[in-house]
Amino acid sequence: MAVTTSPERDIVATPMQRATREALYAGAIALGLFVLFIGLRTDQNISNELILVQRWWLLAVVVVLTMAGRFLYVAYGQPFLANQKIVDVATGLLPESMAARFFRLPYFIAAIVTVAVLVFLAGSLDGLLGPGLAGYARFLRALAIIYALASVMFYFRTFIHAHFSALGITALALYPIIVVLVLALYGGSVAAGFQGSLKWVDNYGIQILIYVMLAWGLNIVVGLAGLLDLGYVAFYAVGAYAYALLGTQYGLSFWILLPAAGAMAAFWGVLLGFPVLRLRGDYLAIVTLAFGEIIRLVLINWREVTNGSAGISGIPKVTFFGLMTFNVSDPNYVAKVLDIATSSAYYKIFLYYLILGLCLLTAFVTIRLRRMPVGRAWEALREDEIACRSLGINTTTTKLTAFATGAMFGGFAGSFFAARQGFVSPESFIFLESAIILAIVVLGGMGSLVGIAVAAMVMIGGTEVLRELDFLKQVFGPDFTPELYRMLLFGMAMVIVMLWKPRGFVGSREPTAFLKESRAVSGSFTKEGHG
Amino acid sequence: MQYFVQQLINGLTLGSIYGLIAIGYTMVYGIIGMINFAHGDIFMVGAFTALIVFLILGALFYSVPVVIALLVMMIVAMLLTSLYNWTIEKVAYRPLRGSFRLAPLITAIGMSIALSNFVQVTQGPRNKPIPPMVSKVYNIEGVSVSLKQIVIVIVTALLLALFWYLVNKTSLGRAQRACEQDRKMAALLGIDVDRTISITFVMGAALAAVAGTLFLMYYGVIAFSDGFTPGVKAFTAAVLGGIGSLPGAVLGGLMIGFIESMWSAYFSIDYKDVAAFSILAIVLIFLPSGILGRPEVEKV
Repeated sequence: MAVTTSPERDIVATPMQRATREALYAGAIALGLFVLFIGLRTDQNISNELILVQRWWLLAVVVVLTMAGRFLYVAYGQPFLANQKIVDVATGLLPESMAARFFRLPYFIAAIVTVAVLVFLAGSLDGLLGPGLAGYARFLRALAIIYALASVMFYFRTFIHAHFSALGITALALYPIIVVLVLALYGGSVAAGFQGSLKWVDNYGIQILIYVMLAWGLNIVVGLAGLLDLGYVAFYAVGAYAYALLGTQYGLSFWILLPAAGAMAAFWGVLLGFPVLRLRGDYLAIVTLAFGEIIRLVLINWREVTNGSAGISGIPKVTFFGLMTFNVSDPNYVAKVLDIATSSAYYKIFLYYLILGLCLLTAFVTIRLRRMPVGRAWEALREDEIACRSLGINTTTTKLTAFATGAMFGGFAGSFFAARQGFVSPESFIFLESAIILAIVVLGGMGSLVGIAVAAMVMIGGTEVLRELDFLKQVFGPDFTPELYRMLLFGMAMVIVMLWKPRGFVGSREPTAFLKESRAVSGSFTKEGHG
Repeated sequence: MQYFVQQLINGLTLGSIYGLIAIGYTMVYGIIGMINFAHGDIFMVGAFTALIVFLILGALFYSVPVVIALLVMMIVAMLLTSLYNWTIEKVAYRPLRGSFRLAPLITAIGMSIALSNFVQVTQGPRNKPIPPMVSKVYNIEGVSVSLKQIVIVIVTALLLALFWYLVNKTSLGRAQRACEQDRKMAALLGIDVDRTISITFVMGAALAAVAGTLFLMYYGVIAFSDGFTPGVKAFTAAVLGGIGSLPGAVLGGLMIGFIESMWSAYFSIDYKDVAAFSILAIVLIFLPSGILGRPEVEKV
């Protein structure tokens, strides 16, 4: 037998040598990957011809950073992670976990003090430190707040874990109130509180909850029934356009059109379901993807009805169950009826509670359906279609109900989306949206409602946070826009989270039906998505 | 009749490009059973590399013969794009081999998003037009055939012949086919499975890079978001022909090309993609595993 590898090299190589070698490889690969794309930039000159701009310094920085990162990971990161799993010889105990070392009482106190000082000085920061350093100070304050909140959650983790659903729902229900109160105290007036809450309630609250609802809806199709659907956004589009068209053309109320949009989306779900019933796995995936694209292309090209790429604007707002409206000019405008100051925040807060209600409805229906025969049939179908069929389950109706139910919630979310934006266009219903929703479902751990909600919060909230990092402009110059890097980081986060937790945030399964006692099943024993 | 022949030629050109991309999808699917969603963006990276090489050539030399320029663009694009796909496989797919089926699909989607946005961030979001490289048009009995189209069809045919030789006549191809049938058994028989899979990704990327270069030459413009639509259509082509089957990918690519050009010629150009996707759905209803695909045998 010819030994092709040289064994002595691997024996002699110390971690440092190995790290150096790996770093050199990584640097060479990075150089190859980035030499054309970062080293050169294509730009248009005045006569609109493409020219190349050279950026060798940037290339050098990126390559060196890659090498340094790889070196540190191999030399220190890997041994550290390996040591975390090894019992200490002297004490016979596992080393303190990273989290316990990270969250310590002195650090917590330091964070609280930092926050207090910086909040106290908030108004005079610019004067004291100058605009450059003040940006850093605000960032530090945000970090300290996050750290303090995380520590509190870490200390009460067993309590939180035990009462997660109740705590989560309470927190979500109180969220706008807390935001308004905190900002009102901070700004010194109620009006400032409402005005400042717009961003937090709309960009974070509503945005994340829409994705939670969509992901929970898709979870019925992918997580419970195991049918891989890459065109879920089509149902979202159907719901949005149903409300947009019927609302603007016939002036119907949101409360009538919400169920109508759900029904229409469910109808389309069945329509899609019929041809794809015989398909399995990846064939199903591509047909659903094609379906999503067909819907989008029809929305773009059927200009007489949908107004093409220009979209539909002027979609009526939701009314407060017909009693009050949120249009300032109406006689029964909410502020006039209740005799309070005019503010656009009421509508956002109302929408927040509306989408929260819709989310809870989705969760309730999902939990209930899982205990009903059809829900059990879905889960059986996911685990093994042949066994399912031989036990007398009608796979046709089971698949169709899964598609229809999932689509219905997509339709609800769509009509809500149209009402919130006041404007819909095909731009909002691209494949990327389907991909994001699917990613949330899988990253959350398929089938787990809590995991999916956490994943939506991390992924969508995380990308929203990038909009806040204005201080980076002081580091990289005023041309630097953190928003540009949003989707790049989102894609990389998808990869990293998947590599870190291939089974999603909640990797175990609680069976809905059991003989004597419910035992969580590790995700690695289950299979899914064989369509 | 002339009009029909004209459309046939246009369809053949488009179909060649789709076929080249579709091979990458179908090979990866055949060997590890995953949809490589990033492949469309790999194609875009190939086209962008070709664009940058074209600009470098233009900046360094006063004038370069078109044949040499195309050749250099193609080779550099093949090399760099292969490096991209090789790295992606190593970083994002290999650690998840043996994990459940949707895990690599999600990393592939993540990589696709990351790649297109990487190009957007580094090269800017605008369309990048280049001056026409080949502009000669032949007129044969009322049918106009441009030199570009001839180049595309000839390059594709040559590559497919080379590729057919690689897969069917070399030990590398034999290893690939063995891995496709049974990875564990192939490993027991001494085939380096990891290496074979890496080479599969490299080959797929090289073909996609050629497709990208041809695309750039044909349309004369590329943008960071141009990977998605050709990628989805090529994937459709792979499924239409029967995913996992190499002749099927080429056949599917040609079919999608023909459907598109015929539909835009005789019906409406707006709905050409709708037609392609609808025909996919209809074909799959009657032939659930594609035209040349093997029906999936299910063992209990």
